[in-house]
Amino acid sequence: MDRNELISMLETKAKKLRRGVIVSIGVGLAGHVGGSCSSADIVSALYFYKMHYDPKNPKMKDRDRFLLSKGHVAILQYTALAEAGFFPYEELAHTKEIGSMLQGHPDVQKTPGIEAGTGSLGQGLSIALGMSLGMKLDRIENRKVYVLIGDGELDEGQNWEAAMACAAHKADNLCAIVDRNRLQATGKIVERFPIEPIDKKFEAFGWNVIEIDGHNMGEIIDALDKSDSVKDKPTVIIANTIKGKGISFAENVVSFHNGILSEEQYQQALKELS
Amino acid sequence: MTYTNQRLAYGNTLVALGKENDRIVVLDADLAASTMGKLFEAAFPERHFEMGIAEANMTSTAAGLAQMGFIPFTNSFAVFAAGRSYDQIRQTIAIGCLNVKICGSSAGLSDFGDGSTHQAVEDIAIMRAIPNMTVVCPADAIETEKITRAIASVQGPCYIRICRNDMENITSEDDPFVLGKPSLLKDGSDYVIFATGVMCSVALKAAESIKNHSVRVVNVSTIKPLDRAAVIEFARDMKGVVCAEEHSIIGGLGSAIAEALRRECKPIEFVGIEDKFGCSGHNYPELLAHYGLTEEHIIEAIESFERI
Repeated sequence: MDRNELISMLETKAKKLRRGVIVSIGVGLAGHVGGSCSSADIVSALYFYKMHYDPKNPKMKDRDRFLLSKGHVAILQYTALAEAGFFPYEELAHTKEIGSMLQGHPDVQKTPGIEAGTGSLGQGLSIALGMSLGMKLDRIENRKVYVLIGDGELDEGQNWEAAMACAAHKADNLCAIVDRNRLQATGKIVERFPIEPIDKKFEAFGWNVIEIDGHNMGEIIDALDKSDSVKDKPTVIIANTIKGKGISFAENVVSFHNGILSEEQYQQALKELS
Repeated sequence: MTYTNQRLAYGNTLVALGKENDRIVVLDADLAASTMGKLFEAAFPERHFEMGIAEANMTSTAAGLAQMGFIPFTNSFAVFAAGRSYDQIRQTIAIGCLNVKICGSSAGLSDFGDGSTHQAVEDIAIMRAIPNMTVVCPADAIETEKITRAIASVQGPCYIRICRNDMENITSEDDPFVLGKPSLLKDGSDYVIFATGVMCSVALKAAESIKNHSVRVVNVSTIKPLDRAAVIEFARDMKGVVCAEEHSIIGGLGSAIAEALRRECKPIEFVGIEDKFGCSGHNYPELLAHYGLTEEHIIEAIESFERI
């Protein structure tokens, strides 16, 4: 597959992931549309280009690991796992049902392909560090831990404990991606609780920092590849994104952080994502 | 070697375990010299991680190590191990039933000089309320070694609570130890004292010195899961039950015993800390006495049944 074909394939997958998110949420029930859509291109690149794993053997030792620190967009990861073959697509229709393997937030005991429970925000990077240290102890080379963090989530102080610790332990097998969609649950980050400059903060903490357009597939895969050659320091990819990307009426709309779709909106979203 | 300090027993047992099993790893938060994690650090520098003064990050990092197939022990003072890291323990370790061992060192009032900020009087209650969590509190240094080994060999999250100060050994190397089983320290036929941690030796002294009553003493070093059938059996035919712990009377051993005996219609007394924080003292015995954790207080609890 040449580069253009690869990018086209990943874009198609990303659209499919967004569509899966909408179908999973359905009509009349709240779901995290906004943050799922902002992360969809990144997750597509990780699951269908970058990461090494075996959906038939989710615990295979020689695999890359992915942690969804912004655990509230679990439905996006579930859609990716279904698309990758970890479980049948039909399971998505049962998301959040009592007894379902697909919980509102990632549950390591219930869902194949989930590496750890997340959702109490700000903890994924620390868990990723533990996996990074474990990989080094086991001399597992050429494998990585990826962790997707929301920009609003960076309010949580534990991220910065972890940022220091990742640098202190030279976690060069760890790549964090910040989905910088600039909105948090109650409004614009810049108005609610300013956290910029994210890049300079990570730089000051000793990280390799790459900034990209989080909806430009070429930039996403280049950034992921570049992080492989960095030694002795962790990499953070700051991905500039649009919350609700791909669904016109949800783009940059705060209420779709955890929004409810009407029948009309549901149909329109599916049409736009077809 | 026989230790008379739980921290030393714990730290040396970690080293022994580290020799036997290369999956054991230890994390400290700038207190390795106190938790005795330093012993493991000296023996296995590659498998010891200094995580800085950042307990929340340390605890979640341990979760990640457990998911890589390691058996991480996290060390800190009990106030931080159980308090500051509560959410990290709950969200990832306990919900996921991950194989992380959390050591609450300098528990109870044992960090006597540092005062209320450093004295965990509610850690058992917090840890006991979390589903999937095993909670242990050894009676002495000898039992600390056995318990540390036992929790390393079971799958799932465990919280071990140990004391800062030297203490006498009341169990012996030869006593069999089974995780989850309360053990009889002294038999008696009128009253039973269920005790945990340092209060086991205090309870034994009380039982031996009390006149006119025959008192049984049971060491409950596994507080959760509590062997309810054994507790009921130990309390059967007793006129009253005393629970003794260096912990708040809310939510700790006493509560666990009361829950276990809820259908037994037995009078129960609690010798523990009355819904209060600790305070600084010049030495440990002085502080234990100040909070009513003495032989005399246990005897008074038993005598109080006679006045009913």
